Amino acid sequence: MTTLQQAIEQVNDAGQKAFVPYIMAGDGGLATVKPTILQLQALGVTAIEVGIPFTDPVADGPTIEQAGERALAAGVNLRNVLAELASFREEITVPLVIMTYFNPVLAYGLEAFAQSCEAGGVKGLIVPDVPLEESAILREVLNPYGVAIVQLVSLTSPPERIARIAAASQGFVYAVTVNGITGARASFANDLDHHFAQLCEASAIPVLAGFGISTPAQVVSMGALANGVIVGSAIVTALHNGDSQTIEDLVAASR
Amino acid sequence: MTQSIANSVPTTGGRYGRFGGQFVPETLMTALIELETAYEEAIQDSAFTEELAYYLKDYVGRETPLYYAENLTKTIGGAKIYLKREDLNHTGAHKINNAIGQALLAKRMGKTKVVAETGAGQHGVATATACALLNLECVVFMGAEDIKRQQLNVFRMELLGAKVESVESGSKTLKDACNAALRYWVTNVEDTHYILGSALGPHPFPKIVRDFQRVIGVETRRQIVEKEGRLPNAVVACIGGGSNAIGMFHPFVDDEEVALYGVEAAGAGLETGKHAAAIAGGKLGVLHGAYMYLLQDENGFVQEAHSISAGLDYPGKGPEHCYLHDIGRVTFESITDDEALEGLQLLCRTEGILPALESAHAIAYTAKLAKTMAADEVIVVCLSGRGDKDVHTVRQVLGGDKA
Repeated sequence: MTTLQQAIEQVNDAGQKAFVPYIMAGDGGLATVKPTILQLQALGVTAIEVGIPFTDPVADGPTIEQAGERALAAGVNLRNVLAELASFREEITVPLVIMTYFNPVLAYGLEAFAQSCEAGGVKGLIVPDVPLEESAILREVLNPYGVAIVQLVSLTSPPERIARIAAASQGFVYAVTVNGITGARASFANDLDHHFAQLCEASAIPVLAGFGISTPAQVVSMGALANGVIVGSAIVTALHNGDSQTIEDLVAASR
Repeated sequence: MTQSIANSVPTTGGRYGRFGGQFVPETLMTALIELETAYEEAIQDSAFTEELAYYLKDYVGRETPLYYAENLTKTIGGAKIYLKREDLNHTGAHKINNAIGQALLAKRMGKTKVVAETGAGQHGVATATACALLNLECVVFMGAEDIKRQQLNVFRMELLGAKVESVESGSKTLKDACNAALRYWVTNVEDTHYILGSALGPHPFPKIVRDFQRVIGVETRRQIVEKEGRLPNAVVACIGGGSNAIGMFHPFVDDEEVALYGVEAAGAGLETGKHAAAIAGGKLGVLHGAYMYLLQDENGFVQEAHSISAGLDYPGKGPEHCYLHDIGRVTFESITDDEALEGLQLLCRTEGILPALESAHAIAYTAKLAKTMAADEVIVVCLSGRGDKDVHTVRQVLGGDKA
């Protein structure tokens, strides 16, 4: 079993929902990566999704896109984020999951990237533009370095496909809760219960809900459908505004 | 008989050698799979192909002429130059061939809305036109920078009933319009078809666009045999993403004796780094759903392309072109902004034809190539679009005191 899956199941065994915040690495400069991760870790989050800025983030809404533009302007890239993680690896106690588009990984070189992930204590990888059909190469190269490859399931994935994605995904299954891009939503579709019931039934590993979850009430309602939640844009906004209360409230809602 | 190169790609998963593929968010995968199934069924269905043929003939105005440019030929001195007049299509460029085909496909799939990206505005106008004709709602994403360059096309799209959305992110050009169109499609996938305008994107788009544009090369092949009694020695086309080029080249790919030339935009010059020549200056990468040659830095960040022609201003090249480059079947050359402007003026003065700035790249390269060839040799150039849309841009650069 992967470190990532273990961390989620431990939290679930204690009767709580997993809470995975997303950060845009280096929004505010590379030097913010360490204090941000340590701050979230101290709040008791289950794992941390570390986003890498990219010039063409097609799966992201305006909040994360703009955070990415700030990080790019500060000179942040995949290479210096992984080096930064390696520099305080001993202090990291929660699993880190890198979220990046595919092209920066290709430019890095898959094998070199895998080695740097291991050196930086990275336990999982999410590449939103690598669907199931293209994902075998990632598992082949990254798994020997202890990195789980997380696949996404969407509302448009038919049942037969959901089963195949759930079987291939590692660490957890990332269940996208909306048709669309990342970012806060006032409401969700009514038929999510059925979708999640089907997905949880099909999956032997934990299912985390993500995309659009931005309030403590949504953490509770979406968390109830799955093994936990991923919160992105709301965390990115709170970190950008130096608003730690909002982050504490979101984490507390998963307990 | 030697094995066909033309029919050997795409292979499973939409691969063209090491290029192509399907690198998109999961939300779009089901739509791509449905699209592939619907497309493969449609092209086997004579009701569909006959309807498409009807619109291409009576609405678009095909077939387009293959015109012997005698004055241009004599001015340059060298090979005989023929122009495939895609500029004479309804809406003024080859883009309508694909837009009509995909709009019919959208109807067949029961979609009521269409989204498209556009650079120069030609694909946007073509899509807006097809949507007006076939009663589909239409949203077109266009970079804010391109909107400035192509005001008239923006207004044309609006007249045709389309909604034009300005894209303010990134380089505010075609690449960013593609990002925005993909985001819109992810959000509205259930009732919306994405009419991608170039031979780019995730499988099956590069194949669909190629197949709908093949009519250019199929007609050309028949016409040149009628006029010259043989195949041409060379075929030239400009290439941004590569839709007019792949449509022109594909029916000639298996004719070994026909040299194929793709002309990239060298912008201010390859040495300046301000260009759109992904094959000359790019590396293997993934953008907008496919492996291709891509202008990028050492971190894998996509670089901005530069060209005076909005339609060539894209940092990648379609996967099939990348493959044809790898196997040495197509030769890729590049032409600077200045050379393209000269090509544009040359064709205006010698033939009374104002080409689009995109097509002017092909004319400029042809002028170089023809000189090196004998008078009994033949070049066919794809004149992909007319230049009315570019008059403002050209006037700004050349007009000086006249402007």
